[in-house]
Amino acid sequence: MLDNSVSYVTDDGRTIGGVVMEMKNITLRFGGVVAIQDISFDIREGEIRAIIGPNGAGKSSMLNVISGFYVPQEGEVLFHGKRRPPMRPYEVARQGIARTFQNIALFEGMSVLDNVMTGRLNYMKTGLFSQALWKGKAEAEETENREVVEKVIDFLEIQHIRKTPVARLPYGLKKRVELARALAAEPKLLLLDEPMAGMNVEEKEDMSRFILDVNDEFGTTIALIEHDMGVVMDLSDRVVVMDYGKKIGDGTPDEVRNNQDVIDAYLGVSHD
Amino acid sequence: MPEQLVFAMEVTLNGLMAGVLYALVALGFVLIYKASGIFNYAQGVLALFAAMTLVGIMQGQVPFSHLINAVFGGHITHFGWNVPGALAIALTVGVMVLLAWLVQVLVMKHLVGQEPIILFMATIGLAYFLEGVADLMWGSEIKTLDVGLPQGINLWIDETTFNIFGYGFFIDNLDIVATVIAALLVAGLVAFSQYTKQGRAMRAVADDHQAALSVGISLNFIWVLVWSVAGFVALVAGIVWGTKSGVQFSLSLIALKALPVLMLGGFTSIPGAIVGGLIIGVGEKLFEFAVGPLVGGATENWFAYVLALLFLVFRPQGLFGEKIIERV
Repeated sequence: MLDNSVSYVTDDGRTIGGVVMEMKNITLRFGGVVAIQDISFDIREGEIRAIIGPNGAGKSSMLNVISGFYVPQEGEVLFHGKRRPPMRPYEVARQGIARTFQNIALFEGMSVLDNVMTGRLNYMKTGLFSQALWKGKAEAEETENREVVEKVIDFLEIQHIRKTPVARLPYGLKKRVELARALAAEPKLLLLDEPMAGMNVEEKEDMSRFILDVNDEFGTTIALIEHDMGVVMDLSDRVVVMDYGKKIGDGTPDEVRNNQDVIDAYLGVSHD
Repeated sequence: MPEQLVFAMEVTLNGLMAGVLYALVALGFVLIYKASGIFNYAQGVLALFAAMTLVGIMQGQVPFSHLINAVFGGHITHFGWNVPGALAIALTVGVMVLLAWLVQVLVMKHLVGQEPIILFMATIGLAYFLEGVADLMWGSEIKTLDVGLPQGINLWIDETTFNIFGYGFFIDNLDIVATVIAALLVAGLVAFSQYTKQGRAMRAVADDHQAALSVGISLNFIWVLVWSVAGFVALVAGIVWGTKSGVQFSLSLIALKALPVLMLGGFTSIPGAIVGGLIIGVGEKLFEFAVGPLVGGATENWFAYVLALLFLVFRPQGLFGEKIIERV
């Protein structure tokens, strides 16, 4: 086991820091159904951490626990070493945890630019009245945040659709806009819920490249859920494997790939 | 110019003015609908409540005086002071914000994520409850409201048109003022929703609750804001209508006139609410003028609804509403 506070350098030269987020003995129940059972794992600064598992394994539930949409019955969530009290999702977001959704949750009626701008809401501090009067400070603030947003839009190569209403975009681009909105918040931790679900091979490759670039360029810590095993193994530094709400594996892609429990449960490879 | 045409012009002008008043009420509906997906049945009662509160504060009425007197056997009705109009309006805005907060905390907060029809039912309940509270608080007698808006015939228009057509148009000053107020209100609201942080957050909440939460927007705060804005619009409508026809229970029925306006303009469009209001205003006046005499008059009572019915059949999303597309 690596020391929590010690950082190390990966093979491709990225620095992975200490633990940002730690889940301790998390148990989540819906009535009689146990969605997550006594799971612990951590996420280190600057790494790409994947959570995988078959359908119904509890991956999305886990992401929802991290982002505050679900409150676990048991266990602790530690963020930057401090125990996090039960919080509402918007409070979690204000702590610097941004997320995307499996079934794309964008503001369909707004333009791409406006959607991405909402990612900056927490950086805009001017009050209701100066906003309403659109004076000095509010204007400067808008410009400042607009610059960050334009940078993100450039980075994700969606300049050409800046003014397009989101509802008109194809699926793959919507996913990218959602990523842009999350990135605009300059998150300390970025959660991606099946970022490649429903994409074709080309779109998947694009998305993989963007995820790697984001991590590389901004040093963003990323936790993602994914179905596609191949993609996950190529992308991530460490992988948690879940099955029926339990953790059955945790480690580097290679370690996980050779873990017999994981092979049994997830890969479905016969072994006799 | 033929006499009939000149007369039709005056009717059209009057229709436009009436249309502005309809639009004012419809705006309140559109705002809440856009921001929270709720069709707020209580909007008309909100206008009544706002107007009654304004009059009550101006006249220094003791709120709930009937109740207090009945329980404690006193005879208090007034504090014995009069509050100037501007201050009373400011205080009423405060009351409407407080009301918005109460609505959110006591009702809407507990219905997050429910079906629209359930939220709609809640606003019906709210309408009846508020109506009762308004009566209990300020009494049910008809009151006059005068916050200093000019009223009566506009002499300049009367004279000018007399010099040109040989016939003076009757245009009420109040209608002109109402038009200006409505224009300012709309400009302000559009600027607010398009260019401010809170406006953007409001549109975000209307669009997708989960996504809004994920970027750090507090639904509670936005909904209090939305209901406050709706309360403010209701107050403006209440002042104009209250000045025109007195503050009384029937004020809450102006909401019914807003329905056809919304069907024409579309529930989600602010420009739609205005254009819809103008079309209905002009339409019903001209129809009464042209067809009324042939069918014995009183067409104003049903014209708007028949027009709305036609729209429901041929263009259900209204003139400016978002087209409903089902992706399969």
